[in-house]
Amino acid sequence: MARTLGARYDVVIVGAGKAGVQTASSLRDEGFTGEILLIGDEASAPYDRPPLSKSFLSGQESLDDITLHGQGFYESRRITLSTGTSAVGLDRAAGNLLLDDGQAIGYGRLVLATGARARPLPLSGSELGRVVGLRTAADATFLRKALATAGRVVVVGGGFIGLEVAAVAARTYRCEVVVVEALPRLMSRSALGPSASGALRNVESLGARVLTGTAIAAVHGSDGRDADGVTTANGDFIPADLVICGVGVLPNTELAEAAGLAAANGVLVDDTLRTADPRVWAVGDCTAFPSADGAGIVRLESLQNATDQGRHVARALATGTAEPYCALPWFWSDQGDLRFQSVGLTDGHDRTVVLGDPGSGSFSVLAFREGRLLGGDSVNAANDHRALRRLLATGRERWEAAVTPEACAAPGFVLRDVARRLAEPRAAAPRSI
Amino acid sequence: MPWVTYQHRDGTSDKVDVPVGTSIMRAALANNVPGIVGECGGELMCATCHVYVLTPRGLDPGLSEDEDEMLDFAACPRRPESRLSCQIRMRDELDGLIVETPEAQN
Repeated sequence: MARTLGARYDVVIVGAGKAGVQTASSLRDEGFTGEILLIGDEASAPYDRPPLSKSFLSGQESLDDITLHGQGFYESRRITLSTGTSAVGLDRAAGNLLLDDGQAIGYGRLVLATGARARPLPLSGSELGRVVGLRTAADATFLRKALATAGRVVVVGGGFIGLEVAAVAARTYRCEVVVVEALPRLMSRSALGPSASGALRNVESLGARVLTGTAIAAVHGSDGRDADGVTTANGDFIPADLVICGVGVLPNTELAEAAGLAAANGVLVDDTLRTADPRVWAVGDCTAFPSADGAGIVRLESLQNATDQGRHVARALATGTAEPYCALPWFWSDQGDLRFQSVGLTDGHDRTVVLGDPGSGSFSVLAFREGRLLGGDSVNAANDHRALRRLLATGRERWEAAVTPEACAAPGFVLRDVARRLAEPRAAAPRSI
Repeated sequence: MPWVTYQHRDGTSDKVDVPVGTSIMRAALANNVPGIVGECGGELMCATCHVYVLTPRGLDPGLSEDEDEMLDFAACPRRPESRLSCQIRMRDELDGLIVETPEAQN
């Protein structure tokens, strides 16, 4: 395609999800006065993604309700927002971003906030109608309509998205729900064992059936057009009017890779979130970065990560000084009345301690490695979650001796009291903007 | 439509019509009202939509445990009239609600 030379911007941000919007917005908060272009490939104005599997799906909130900013926000901050626009190529030597409309946009700095897409089911029949994923507002709008008329729903994948959707399908839409998870337990990537057991009891109490350790062999559609069920690896057929896939995401790294930037489950960046090209940075779900707390190269899919990384890179671009990124990760999931909250990265833990009684439905799980607290999950226990966030945001020397596995397991241990006594008065949030 | 006034520290204010059922946080964002960030989207995971409710006193319903916990994360001092504005949904009786935005949210 012949390229026409478009405008030139000081900062071009590819991707208008939370990470991209935060980057643009924080640039202004930091006093950056240059020209900013923010492009997004979705048609709608930038919106909040977490409600898509929660309050938006259940119909409590509309797309307007979850829109990030009203009209006037981008203009008032002199952010040029271009929705429905895709980047198709990157010429780093020339400093040009190539758009799908044929324009070549010049950039001073480029921020990749390209996000991730729902991982497709690698199975025969997954191309049939009524096999749906959930990532975008368009997906969620379709799914909301489909759930309203579906009787039987199979949810493939027992992670956050699968369980949130299963809860809404069972509770709000009164569907018969079967959750099929290939691994031996639910939320194996995102939750500690006792929390996963709590989530299992919860989703079953909403009326869903859960099959763990069960792989799907194929999606079935007798008319060759729409799915009407799935076949498991052991040959069982589960009928379904709707098959919802929640089997994770794939980071959108193609633009970076085609331009010769390294990617491995995410665009690779250094500890300041800059790629090997000093003019190109990455933020949010698409970014593989070295964890500040020794968990190796990680890629996190969360609103916290999108927001904090966007703010971090904005500060680096506005001030010209790049600091290491070290925000504390946290996550949450709402599954019916179950509120799951977690903090820290707990992969590689060698010991867990449960606080409270899982049978009561309100408890927390702390994870340790070699006696060192890595983080933990809370299930309907906001007080523990807040205490953990406060502690982990405070220098370890202030509290580590009081939060050993032995101390936490002792009768009468109350995390909130320890945090009140030993943590900074409030969580050390990223520096004020 | 009921309306709410957001009073700012610099003496300015924004008066906004808010549809019944919409939160005071969402209404602020939709109308480009400064001083309210709403970083987590109303999910009670942050405290960046902190406001002081000036009128009426003793807003009903009161604090949930989650909101109470998160308010301790607020960047500015917590006061008895502190609320997270994502948790205040507009209803007809709240017509004329006045909230003060704090100096900082992060």
